[in-house]
Amino acid sequence: MLRIICFLTAILASGLSYGDVAAVYDFDSLSEEQRYQDLIAELRCPKCQNQNIADSNSPISKDMRNAVYQMMLDGASNEEIVESLVGRFGEFVKYKPDLDSRTFMLWATPAIAVLGGLLVVAGVVVRSRRAGTTAPALSAEEQARIDKMLANRDQNDNG
Amino acid sequence: MKRFWLFMPLIVAVIVGVVLFAGIGKDPTKLDSALVGKPVPAFSLEDLNKPENSLNESLFQGEVTLLNVWGTWCPACRDEHADLMWLAREKNVVIIGLNYKDSRDDALVWLDRLGDPYRKVIYDPKGTLGFDLGVYGAPETFVIDASGVVRYRHVGVVNGEVWEQILLPVINDAREKG
Repeated sequence: MLRIICFLTAILASGLSYGDVAAVYDFDSLSEEQRYQDLIAELRCPKCQNQNIADSNSPISKDMRNAVYQMMLDGASNEEIVESLVGRFGEFVKYKPDLDSRTFMLWATPAIAVLGGLLVVAGVVVRSRRAGTTAPALSAEEQARIDKMLANRDQNDNG
Repeated sequence: MKRFWLFMPLIVAVIVGVVLFAGIGKDPTKLDSALVGKPVPAFSLEDLNKPENSLNESLFQGEVTLLNVWGTWCPACRDEHADLMWLAREKNVVIIGLNYKDSRDDALVWLDRLGDPYRKVIYDPKGTLGFDLGVYGAPETFVIDASGVVRYRHVGVVNGEVWEQILLPVINDAREKG
């Protein structure tokens, strides 16, 4: 029991020491804080490439968060803030890049894949339908044989 | 028609192969600078060697220069230092240093021990100019033309090979057009 308590206390304490890694920013309103959280969630860290700057602890992400906060205090709009960071670090820092010739495939590939899939499905359906209607199940020869057999059976029943 | 569909998996495999092959050897951590084609951002920072001197963007006017971002905390900067010395001495390249997020004392000791390849070193302890330049990891080396416009940014260590294959052609181009 004592061990468990020690262990839990250690975990709690480690949480405290993590707490001061991220700088704490003060906001006038909850909506401003939400705006800040949304902004740093959609900006990408150029150093640690698959993290947004909200998650990353790298120094550059810290600088970027700080810049976002300062610009918000100066009354910049979301677009101005994002554009200012893109102007320094490039389109790379946007998790949702603008549509242009370079990012065209990035945006178009999912649509192309879905269209391709639909075409394949449509092709399969059309083919099976066509096979069902046009190609007769029996050849003329087989049909003749069946007719003969049925005729024979009718005769037997009657007789 | 049926024959054609038999070859479909092969065609798909070839297309995917070509796309994936094109990605081999590309380093996703090396990003193009957003500043290429734009002038060096305005700044006003101290000279590392002479704190009373203020340096600004006019430092890059007049000739083609390399702007090398370094810090004593950066092991790769230690790696490339000898090559920067070689460039400054043997190739007569003008190199401006940007001492990034560092302490002046450490930086001066470093230059004293290892030699000073820089014509001037901009002292940027808070990384403000570094941030405006989009520096995300030292060492980074910018090629700046005679009118102070950024031509190229190299992320990572500068060595003989990088010089021959990447920086020298950009510099020659900048000199011709400048």
